[in-house]
Amino acid sequence: MAHAADAAHADHHDHLPSFWRRWFYSTNHKDIGTLYMIFGFTAGIVGGLLSIGMRLELQEPGLQFFSNPQAFNVFVTGHGLIMVFFMVMPTLIGGFGNWFIPLMIGAPDMAFPRMNNISYWLTVSAFALMLCSLFVEGAPGSLGFGGGWTVYPPLSTVGHPGPALDFGIFALHLAGAASILGAINFITTILNMRAPGMTLHKMPLFAWAMLVTAFLLLLSLPVLAGAITMLLTDRNFGTTFFDPSGGGDPVLYQHLFWFFGHPEVYIMILPAFGIVSHIISTFSKKPIFGYLGMAYAMVAIGVVGFVVWAHHMYTVGLSLQTQAYFVFATMVIAVPTGVKIFSWIATMWGGSIRFTAAMQWAVGFVFLFTVGGVTGVVLANAPVDRYMHDTYYVVAHFHYVLSLGAVFVIFAGMYYWFPKITGYVMPEWIGKLHFWVAFIGSNILFFPMHFLGLSGMPRRYADYPDAFAGWNMVSSIGAYIFFAGLFIFMFGVVYAFIRKEKAADNPWGEGATTLEWTLSSPPPYHQFETLPRVIDTGH
Amino acid sequence: MRIENARRSVTALSTAAVALVLGINVASAAAGQPSPWETGMQEMVTELGQSVSSFHTYLVWLITAICLFVLALILVIIVRFNENKNPTPSRTTHNTLLEVAWTIVPVLILVAIAIPSFRLLREQLVPPQADLVVKATGYSWYWGYEYPADQGGFKFDSNMIPEDGNRKPDQPRLLGADNAMVVPVGKVVRVQVTSADVLHAFAMPSFYIKVDAVPGRLNETWFKAEKEGVYYGQCSELCGNGHPYMPIEIRVVSEQQFAAWLAEAKQRYASTDSSAPIKFATAQ
Repeated sequence: MAHAADAAHADHHDHLPSFWRRWFYSTNHKDIGTLYMIFGFTAGIVGGLLSIGMRLELQEPGLQFFSNPQAFNVFVTGHGLIMVFFMVMPTLIGGFGNWFIPLMIGAPDMAFPRMNNISYWLTVSAFALMLCSLFVEGAPGSLGFGGGWTVYPPLSTVGHPGPALDFGIFALHLAGAASILGAINFITTILNMRAPGMTLHKMPLFAWAMLVTAFLLLLSLPVLAGAITMLLTDRNFGTTFFDPSGGGDPVLYQHLFWFFGHPEVYIMILPAFGIVSHIISTFSKKPIFGYLGMAYAMVAIGVVGFVVWAHHMYTVGLSLQTQAYFVFATMVIAVPTGVKIFSWIATMWGGSIRFTAAMQWAVGFVFLFTVGGVTGVVLANAPVDRYMHDTYYVVAHFHYVLSLGAVFVIFAGMYYWFPKITGYVMPEWIGKLHFWVAFIGSNILFFPMHFLGLSGMPRRYADYPDAFAGWNMVSSIGAYIFFAGLFIFMFGVVYAFIRKEKAADNPWGEGATTLEWTLSSPPPYHQFETLPRVIDTGH
Repeated sequence: MRIENARRSVTALSTAAVALVLGINVASAAAGQPSPWETGMQEMVTELGQSVSSFHTYLVWLITAICLFVLALILVIIVRFNENKNPTPSRTTHNTLLEVAWTIVPVLILVAIAIPSFRLLREQLVPPQADLVVKATGYSWYWGYEYPADQGGFKFDSNMIPEDGNRKPDQPRLLGADNAMVVPVGKVVRVQVTSADVLHAFAMPSFYIKVDAVPGRLNETWFKAEKEGVYYGQCSELCGNGHPYMPIEIRVVSEQQFAAWLAEAKQRYASTDSSAPIKFATAQ
């Protein structure tokens, strides 16, 4: 009872806890969201530096920066795992999800604030383990695990006897546990804590996106945890799940991994879909076009996303019927994705659009995601994929949907919600300059990779035949431009904090209709002491 | 040294960029290997490869059209529906006809893709009767080839020729192997692929084949090369430190040359394999 009284007291007077209590024992969804964003950005810099290392090496044929291809492979692996588990997921789900799901659905906080705290610190611990893994022995005589983010056995069992991958597996266990707890938290919050009057069909699309994402996390991550635990026992306790000499099969691991891995790509992109919908609607000053279609397209993508995993495995020796099924199922996903692209365009059509920094990033996303999406349709066709499988064409495809998809939306969201999160205005020119640098840089970086893949350059090569030199040089130049754009963003954040120009509660005007814009900027430490009543959302 | 290299590549880059703009093909388009500044697939020397390659060309036109359509819509939006040109936004949020259309039209496009796709898939995975069987085994980090007893009955290893080794002038760096796999032209060759340690993948871009080498499994693929020549592929599944250093070199020769090679190879590789005749899955 005493605790309850204290809490009520804190609510009324908005007392901030001490620095240590606020940021280390934090149970406040906004503070945890901020922590996730800072964490995600830091991890993104680490992952980005790894990719700069790769591009420096690939700029010219021959080995210049790495003493052997294994060291390069360690960078490739680290880049993949860090970007997926410690940059995109923490930023989109942990950062924007924590910050804006309670605000958008009119809830005072997440359903389980303490669990939210442990999710965050498990993610940080996981990242620490992942970094440790880079500095202990993996393959005999070299540091770190270099078997790719997919961790395929037998390279991950007999190929890396050192403890590096054990650190990696524990890191994924912790990150997975953190995500499952987070998913439970989001599902409970969204299903139980919506403001009175906000039915599921009136809920903002970002909340829909997070709900679907949370279910995908909840159902797919345990499979990954199982697969890597089997790998752990194969490595250390003499089991032979994936070892043919004991009756196991390496392909079993691939099925288990991709049963997680394919939903994982939607886990990374669905929150981005939600955020883009809000940005486009806000700056077009129009409600989202085809709201229900948009919501159920995400549900459809989530459901079908679970039954297409073996399109990552067309070359492992699947039967004709199996491959035909996965071709069919994979192409089905293009339909709801198309619905989303065209609904965004229809939302803008007839609008009165203000091309702010956030809107430029969002429109850029719609186009670049289309480019990445159509190459996905090409790759879905097993007979064609046979050529592109494990070449740079695949690298180009998934960077178009993730690096130019999810990452563009991370920045779109940053520029969109920056005034709400910090209470300060960031001058628009900073975000626009960053957009153009990133747009040009990332296209120079990734578009030539289509050509490299078509001419046959395999992935995960530290050194390549001289014929591939030209486009690799172009690609590396693009990487440096893209990376330089990050400094514009960092400058913008520092500049806004120095300038301290106060942001209005709703700086974006009539188009911004979701509940977070009804609060002050930044929102009070505890919001919605009286629950808002939702009457009409204009859909 | 480093700077010199950089300057050389910058020069090469600018020359090639100019060439690209002018539409000149700077590459000496040799079949069977990549060429500089290539923007499409390698030249196919199997009939099936050519049909999949033209199917891919069809897909490229299709996806380019879709991207340009989306781009055009976005450009129209930027020009017509900015806040200066169109100060009052419309309130339209539904249009059933439009929503049905953008669901049905993509379905039709996908059907138009799926029909040829399934046909080609069947052609790839239902091989014709084989004239020759070769077994390729992936090792870390080289390939081993075995010719069955009725077609020679020998096996040999194929290693990349190292940087300082004596490569033949026609063998590109990282692609040339000391012992190539040799097959006759115009014959159906079935390749059985497995691995002795970790995963590898047997790939030959100009034949349009790629199949994983998985320990404990015997995968297979097939090709019928229509043109004599030397063809290069590379291991296409991450296998550790030597992943970039285990090329696949296939020499497609006339039947007489193949017979001569077989006779010579039997002698040459006899020492590596003495007793047990190699047993293969039957090539029906």
